[in-house]
Amino acid sequence: MKENLYKYILGIADNSLILAQRLGELCGHGPSLETDIALTNISLDLLGQTRSYYQYAAKLAGEDKTEDDIAFLRIEREYKNVLLVEQPNTHFGHVMARQFLFDVYHLMLMEQLQNSKDETLAAIAKKGIKEVSYHKRFSSDWVKRLGDGTEESKEKMQEAINAMWRFTDELFDVMEADKAMIEEGIAVDVSEMKETYYEKVSEILEKATLEVPERKYFTRGGKKGVHTEHMGYLLADLQYMQRTYPNMTW
Amino acid sequence: MGNTKKNWPLWEIFVRSKNGLEHRHFGSLHAADAEMALENARDVYTRRNEGVSIWVVESKHITASNPQDNGEMFEPAQDKVYRHPTFYDLPDDVKHM
Repeated sequence: MKENLYKYILGIADNSLILAQRLGELCGHGPSLETDIALTNISLDLLGQTRSYYQYAAKLAGEDKTEDDIAFLRIEREYKNVLLVEQPNTHFGHVMARQFLFDVYHLMLMEQLQNSKDETLAAIAKKGIKEVSYHKRFSSDWVKRLGDGTEESKEKMQEAINAMWRFTDELFDVMEADKAMIEEGIAVDVSEMKETYYEKVSEILEKATLEVPERKYFTRGGKKGVHTEHMGYLLADLQYMQRTYPNMTW
Repeated sequence: MGNTKKNWPLWEIFVRSKNGLEHRHFGSLHAADAEMALENARDVYTRRNEGVSIWVVESKHITASNPQDNGEMFEPAQDKVYRHPTFYDLPDDVKHM
């Protein structure tokens, strides 16, 4: 099996799965009917991408592995999503801050991944770009609206950006498997995206009349499988059906 | 909250489902401004591939006829069959009339 490629795929796919799960929690609980549907749409876009990645990974793994095994039957340490996407939906400002900080990164990643030497990954990225562009437009608009809105919305949006900021640096960490894949022209070297990422994010925060947080120390660990305390609860929700009724289908 | 809570204004949504067809009224939704109305309309009404173009207009800008005036507005047209082009034999080849 192509061990490094398998790991690289999960590193990307797990971000989409866990963020989709977080957004899915808001289904029926959005602040308005319109935003509720919008968030669920984004969740389903991400889930669709996740399925493409996992189907590919399952094929690489062989041994009759399926996308469901990969999605539902791993233990916490085996999920390699970044800490940012597992953060809870504390309030709508947090949902949008998390989404915005991820979307800017996600779009940059997709734009480069479409040039991957791996045809399947390139195709998934190409298809995803339009979806992710819309996600970024949606979350950036909300960050600007709330940041440049009322006194209360500005305060909450700033608090949310500050709370999520410490998880941003991890997005650009390169793992061992990634290095091997970068050398083969398959993976994107995310460490090189860092400077542009912070420029793009700062530009929108300035438009939103928000302050760009200054921070020297960042929290990381998700890419190594070391998660925050929120992850266990999220997985309990996500995995409940498959654990309780193994191999169940709709 | 409470008294300070304000509702977003209502918008009417028109969607053109195919090139060549006209925009049709699809429904209404709430949004803070036109841009948000477009995005909301995209998510609420076109997520199942229903459209290729969206128009939004704030509901307050629509002037509607008054149902009380229906008598003078519409009834005079009811008994004037000669205003319909129904006295011609249409060739079979002419469709969509």
